[in-house]
Amino acid sequence: MNIFEKILARASERKEVSPGEIVEANIDMAMIHDLTGPLTVDSFRKIGAEKVWDPKKIVVIFDHLVPPSTISAATLQKGLREFVREQAIQSFYDIGQGGVCHQVFHEKGYARPGELIVGADSHTCTYGALGALATGIGSTEMAAVFATGRMWFKVPKVMKIHASGRFKKNVTSKDLILRIIGDIGEGGAIYKGMEFTGPTFTNMSIDGRLTVCNMVVEAGAKAGIVPPDNKTLTYVRARTKKPFKPLKSDEGEAYEEQLEYDVSRLVAQVACPSSVDNVKPASELSNVKVDQVFIGSCTNGRIEDLRLAASILKGKDLHRDVRMIVSPSSQQVYSQCLKEGLFQIFMEAGAIVTNATCGPCLGGHMGLLAAGEVAISTSNRNFIGRMGSPQSYVYLSNPATAAASGIAGHITDPNDLRRR
Amino acid sequence: MIITARAVKFGNNINTDVILPGKYLELIDPNELGKHALEGLDPTFPQRAREGVIIVGGKNFGCGSSREQAPIALKAAGVKCLLAESFARIFYRNSINIGLPALECSGISNKTNESDSISVNLKDGIVENHTKGITLKTSPMPEFIMTLLNEGGLIPHTRALIGKK
Repeated sequence: MNIFEKILARASERKEVSPGEIVEANIDMAMIHDLTGPLTVDSFRKIGAEKVWDPKKIVVIFDHLVPPSTISAATLQKGLREFVREQAIQSFYDIGQGGVCHQVFHEKGYARPGELIVGADSHTCTYGALGALATGIGSTEMAAVFATGRMWFKVPKVMKIHASGRFKKNVTSKDLILRIIGDIGEGGAIYKGMEFTGPTFTNMSIDGRLTVCNMVVEAGAKAGIVPPDNKTLTYVRARTKKPFKPLKSDEGEAYEEQLEYDVSRLVAQVACPSSVDNVKPASELSNVKVDQVFIGSCTNGRIEDLRLAASILKGKDLHRDVRMIVSPSSQQVYSQCLKEGLFQIFMEAGAIVTNATCGPCLGGHMGLLAAGEVAISTSNRNFIGRMGSPQSYVYLSNPATAAASGIAGHITDPNDLRRR
Repeated sequence: MIITARAVKFGNNINTDVILPGKYLELIDPNELGKHALEGLDPTFPQRAREGVIIVGGKNFGCGSSREQAPIALKAAGVKCLLAESFARIFYRNSINIGLPALECSGISNKTNESDSISVNLKDGIVENHTKGITLKTSPMPEFIMTLLNEGGLIPHTRALIGKK
């Protein structure tokens, strides 16, 4: 069996499962946030359940509209706090205590190898970077999980992505996942699992792996997994005392599809409006002027990302027609940035730094776009209207490309900027 | 369960951000959500859907976020059933869970024009285009999903499961 099958077999108390089979599985961990949580609670009440199945397995994180940008957001958050108290949920990260859910969840040790995790957010697939099978679900589905601790799954077919080679300077795991989505298309992995193997992933940092797994949903995948190794175990054991059992695909396992990448030749990639598979080399887009740069989100708001952006911005000024918003993905990342002096670099370049929030990425608050405006963003979606007006345009890139484009005033390969 | 209505057509990769833009996620009332259904692509959609329509989409319909508000908005706007070449998985589950039937039907995009009269037999997996006189056969809904839909969605189903009436 492959790792997806092994996790689903374990969670559904079966010896074996195979692709296409429907299984009823026990959920190890469940997560909601401030925008999908209220509807979950609403459905939970309608179900008529009184107590959640296990308060220790539920994590609640406020991140989408924090601090609340409207009275209605404030009211929803108030209601969710009441639910957390009523159900005695201990793993609750209110404003100021956590940050973006897909950073906080694993930072606090809730993402463990071999576990089955569901979150009421599509980017829950991020935790596959730590060897878990993690996937996004809707609010009512989550309410049923809260009530029963169980959910049905169709065992997915698995696509294997094997990568070798070392990245060039200023080229990152973001460029690799953008290239993969560009190659297989927006629905290229629909209903499937994606397993990432090979020396490139072995050498990749946890931050880098999180970026890759974060974006598998953009190809339609159910989940993506980087097989757990020593790096994974060190990361997770530093964050939780809870025991876990890492699982791996059997040697010689046959895959329906296998893709090979050599990243040593990869250059900075950009996903152009308005789909994530519209991917081109950054160097071909120098005619695209930029109004706003967003560096942050559950894709690229981690410490390595902000270090990379700062390395480009150090001692430079943003183009006078560009505004830049930097959002560290958690309080912990924020604190680390302060220690390393990264904020000073951003401020001196002319950027503003916000608290940890999803805000700009989903066009929620703190930096929406007007009609006709163009953003380059390190986030994961560039759909029509994603970051504001339906007539605005979003380009997705790695943090170095985004920062370099902010300096140039137009999209640029970060390595071209240096040559000037 | 047989559903008959006029078709409203959309292309490939219709994502949840255009079905329901993020700025409306703080709305809870389905009717309020329904007023903004598909606003990102066609602000007149709620008006067109009012009398009940069947959406005919291309590949990967509903891709993107897990927001259940997307199918809720469609249902509230008047969508009776979703047909597509394929669905994004979270959106598919969400639709079924809220009692909005979603059926994969290969070839439906090319064989349907805007406003064609369509009937869908979910149980047998038969889609008829009355305007064109064409019948398409697809996989019937799996039995347990049919049960979920007949019960009115996941809420009534789970109510029964935990012994609430």
